[in-house]
Amino acid sequence: MRDNPVLRIVAKIIIPVILLFALYVQFHGDFGPGGGFQAGAIFAAGFILYGLVFGTEALRNAIPPGLLRFVIALGLVLYAGVGATTMLLGSDYLAYGALAHDLISGQHLGIFLVELGVGITVSAVIVTIFLAFAGRNDP
Amino acid sequence: MNVAGLYNYWIVILLMMTGFYVVISSGNLVKKIIGLNLFQASVFILYISMGKVVNGAVPILREGVTTYSNPLPHVLILTAIVVGVATTALGLALVVRIREAYGSVEEDDIHRQDESL
Amino acid sequence: MLIEAINIVLLGMLVLTAFAAVRLHDLFAVTMMFGIYSLLAAVVFVVLDAVDVAFTEAAVGVGISTILMLATIGLVGRHEQRPAHRPLLPLLVVAVTGAALVYGTLDMPFFADPAAPVHQHVAPYYLGKSPEQTGIPNVVTSILASYRGYDTLGELAVIFTAGVGVLALLGLRRRKRPSKERPTP
Repeated sequence: MRDNPVLRIVAKIIIPVILLFALYVQFHGDFGPGGGFQAGAIFAAGFILYGLVFGTEALRNAIPPGLLRFVIALGLVLYAGVGATTMLLGSDYLAYGALAHDLISGQHLGIFLVELGVGITVSAVIVTIFLAFAGRNDP
Repeated sequence: MNVAGLYNYWIVILLMMTGFYVVISSGNLVKKIIGLNLFQASVFILYISMGKVVNGAVPILREGVTTYSNPLPHVLILTAIVVGVATTALGLALVVRIREAYGSVEEDDIHRQDESL
Repeated sequence: MLIEAINIVLLGMLVLTAFAAVRLHDLFAVTMMFGIYSLLAAVVFVVLDAVDVAFTEAAVGVGISTILMLATIGLVGRHEQRPAHRPLLPLLVVAVTGAALVYGTLDMPFFADPAAPVHQHVAPYYLGKSPEQTGIPNVVTSILASYRGYDTLGELAVIFTAGVGVLALLGLRRRKRPSKERPTP
């Protein structure tokens, strides 16, 4: 599909917009619909579009598989780490109030970190699954 | 969906049974997984329609709104949707490996090859 | 009045797409029917005031699930064999299950009844206490990330496991052309 100029040019224009929209959905999940899962899926969709138009080889060059494996685990460690941090600070597991000077700021920080972890892992897992399927019969 | 109180639940049950029928009656493994996803999507519609409140608003708090729709089913179904796609991905990966091992994804072919061993 | 008409049209289209998915034998067409079904379900969710769920269903159900099914069909083949068995027993099982479910719904409160038991205890607590305890307007996010944070941790672990499982089954390395597959009889 990379020989088709229309697809190539439109993909190059629209993939950054998709990634930017994913970041918007991630960080505005507190004030409107959104959050980690939706943002992770949209972020991965940008990369999948790149892989569809330019080939799985180009996608592999853009994202090395070792980095993908690391990022899959990073989000889960971030989420569980927030819980461990609150325990180390003296409170219960995942009690966000202990993270900052007062309850509401602690909740904001905790929810921000937790949703970030979710978004990171979901996007990495979806890109990994797509690469595993699409690259199965590569020569 | 105020059609006489319970009708929309029955239509959603019809959709669920259609998905269920695809799962149990098709021999092709990929079509079984697609039917499972149809079944799951209709179960989600059933749960979300139980959370709606008459004249309720979207459960995002703002000024001047008193009744909100129930947010709890939304949270549960959000989790369920994501778990569903994870299951689908694993199931499809298994189907690809079965195709490489047996040469076909039709149930009858696979049973025949297993019995002839 | 217009809302009722929209709802009836949406439910009708859902039923039509589901029946088409049963009757078609070209897996590519069945996948497209599934994509349309998911998109209609997302619209139904918006009509039922579940915007977060609609967003997730549209992004994950229509986008990711459909892509994965298309990738599988590309690897596996897109035609389904005509079924050899008569569909009598599956139809019977489906009819009995459907009848049992309809019998179960006779006990349920009417649709969108504000006095239903499910709206009584936990939901008003979350809706009332969420501003002063978390300070976040989106109640679904505050329940998901704060009040029910353990469940979301478990859900993240499920996605992680699915990623690891697909890596274990298929792997990311480019493999050599497979040696001859077992020939179909």
